[in-house]
Amino acid sequence: MAVTDPPKIVTSRLEHADSHTLERYLATGGYEGLRQALTMTPEAVAHEVDTASLLGRGGAGFPAGRKWAMLRADPVTYLVVNGDESEPATFKDHLLVERDPHQLIEGSLIAAYALQVSQVFIYVRGEFALGLERVEAAINDAYAHGAVGADIFGSGFSVDIVVHPGAGAYICGEETALLESLEGKRGFPRIKPPFFPAAIGLYGQPTVVNNVETMSNLPWIVRNGGAAFAALGEGRSTGTRLFALAGHVKNPGVFELEMVKTTFGDLINAPVLGGGIPGGRSLKAFIPGGVSAPWFGPDQIDLPLGQDEVGAAGSMLGSGSVVVMDDHTCAVRASWRITKFFARESCGQCTPCREGSGWLEKIMNRIETGEGREEDLDLLLDASDNISPGLSWPPQQTTICVLGPSIPSSIASAIQMFRDEFLVHIKEGGCPYG
Amino acid sequence: MSEPVHPVPAANGRRNAPSTAHLTPDRLARARQLIDLYPEPRSALVPLCHLAQEQDGWLTPEAMEDVATLVGVTPAEVFGTASFYDMLHTEPVGRHLVAVCTNIACLLGGAAELLAHAEASLGVNTGGTTPDGAITLEEAECLADCDRTPCVQVNHRFVGGQTPESFDRLMDELRSGAHGDDIPPHGTLNRVARSTGLQADRSEVVAERAAMAEAQAQRAAASQAAKGEGPS
Repeated sequence: MAVTDPPKIVTSRLEHADSHTLERYLATGGYEGLRQALTMTPEAVAHEVDTASLLGRGGAGFPAGRKWAMLRADPVTYLVVNGDESEPATFKDHLLVERDPHQLIEGSLIAAYALQVSQVFIYVRGEFALGLERVEAAINDAYAHGAVGADIFGSGFSVDIVVHPGAGAYICGEETALLESLEGKRGFPRIKPPFFPAAIGLYGQPTVVNNVETMSNLPWIVRNGGAAFAALGEGRSTGTRLFALAGHVKNPGVFELEMVKTTFGDLINAPVLGGGIPGGRSLKAFIPGGVSAPWFGPDQIDLPLGQDEVGAAGSMLGSGSVVVMDDHTCAVRASWRITKFFARESCGQCTPCREGSGWLEKIMNRIETGEGREEDLDLLLDASDNISPGLSWPPQQTTICVLGPSIPSSIASAIQMFRDEFLVHIKEGGCPYG
Repeated sequence: MSEPVHPVPAANGRRNAPSTAHLTPDRLARARQLIDLYPEPRSALVPLCHLAQEQDGWLTPEAMEDVATLVGVTPAEVFGTASFYDMLHTEPVGRHLVAVCTNIACLLGGAAELLAHAEASLGVNTGGTTPDGAITLEEAECLADCDRTPCVQVNHRFVGGQTPESFDRLMDELRSGAHGDDIPPHGTLNRVARSTGLQADRSEVVAERAAMAEAQAQRAAASQAAKGEGPS
């Protein structure tokens, strides 16, 4: 496979240093998609998104068009845009929020019009101080430009957007936790059913929650048609997608690639993308879609970057982040750190997740520091099984949200793939990698 | 570009400030504007906590009382909510909150070594504040800037890709104020104020909220009825 050269759908402006300004946005086709959408019926706009078969870019990959269709029977009250990007090694929304806030706003306005929603909230991760300032400034400018507010562009449609700052909690990326947070509470995920946002969302009203990247695709889809978007990619994975590449590669970064047409190997090694592993080292393993995803080894490098393809291989494309580990990486240390993350970020509502993550972290830590026992491997898998019975993929769930069942992924992967390394830690009382 | 509207606190001598730190009148006015952006006042709780942190660098008990009064909850509810969020500090922190990410991408980029260096160089453990009140060191989870590892934020401004040497220089610069407005004092988050709002007719808003309340009541009744019919 080769790296294809698709149109840049969400990153077209990033070559400009002033990509975040209204001036640059208007000079590069900005708000044309919204103007066009306002001449169409809301149903026709929604139909284009359906035709595009745009899969949600937040992590779950649910088709945006279908998410909206679920609501057409019952009028939607709120649109909430999820910009609480916190999945480790995922940094694509950070880019879109900071570098092209008007595109995010225009996409949100198009979605609001299609759903006939007059109140939009854009929830931006609190740690994105610059991003918050950029989006807030962009809304002020868009307001002055007539794109937001009462009777936008003289269409008779009125819509308001409020930027809401998060305050540092991974769990708020989960959509029902995000709604709780937006209501001024702790970010505790809600039980589903009945609290599907589409049915009982923000303030108990039907609510659509969509990701920043999903929204950012909409201006292009309206301008070029859903069919043009669907012509890119393959199967259910249409269009382009942002892939955040991090870890042991020469050129880490965010790349907009055509879905399915590029492999993990291309992403990691192509000179125009990752550029390969530095220091003459070789690939040990990679995480294909956020730290909740099971790991892959070098034998999976030819898998295409497609949602169904990665799913069939036993992991997930998830948040679109790929973490590369070279052959000098300690698998115990890497999986311990991921476990520690979950232990710190568990919201504490459900016992298997709250207690399980803490115990798993302690056991992983003692293995890494040379205090491990031989029975610890079985203990880890047993405790993991209590959080996610059977350790299957997709995982079984014992908790309100999917954070819990995400915890065992890295542990189970590391033990399956690098059992010997765990045993060396235990038997020799320390980390062989120093 | 819109200019920042509300003032950034100039004084960094807040550690010597009196401990009774209620919200100032102009911040109270700004708080009421923020509340008006939301259908329910409580939604403004976290934004108001950020506003209070901007004033004092941390969430004082007095400010939490003010926030509680403003959004109509008890001070304990404000504290209980604030304590859930990493960015809201219910105890004083230094003028510069230096957060070193050690999550997976940064770990692979040498973050654990950088954090160990930071502890030794600053003479504090992670979570501690230097005796001069200048720097609080934190170990952060992923901050979504993973192509410049190890990722570091100062007061939530990205200064990634640090080496031990550049880290020490950065600390000196912070102490001497060399970064100016690029890195405002801790607590200052969004310096761009919303300059306008949807000018809807007040009666429309009242009618919409009444319709919402009715829909909510209907849903509650339907859910009660469903419970009654279900297997016990």
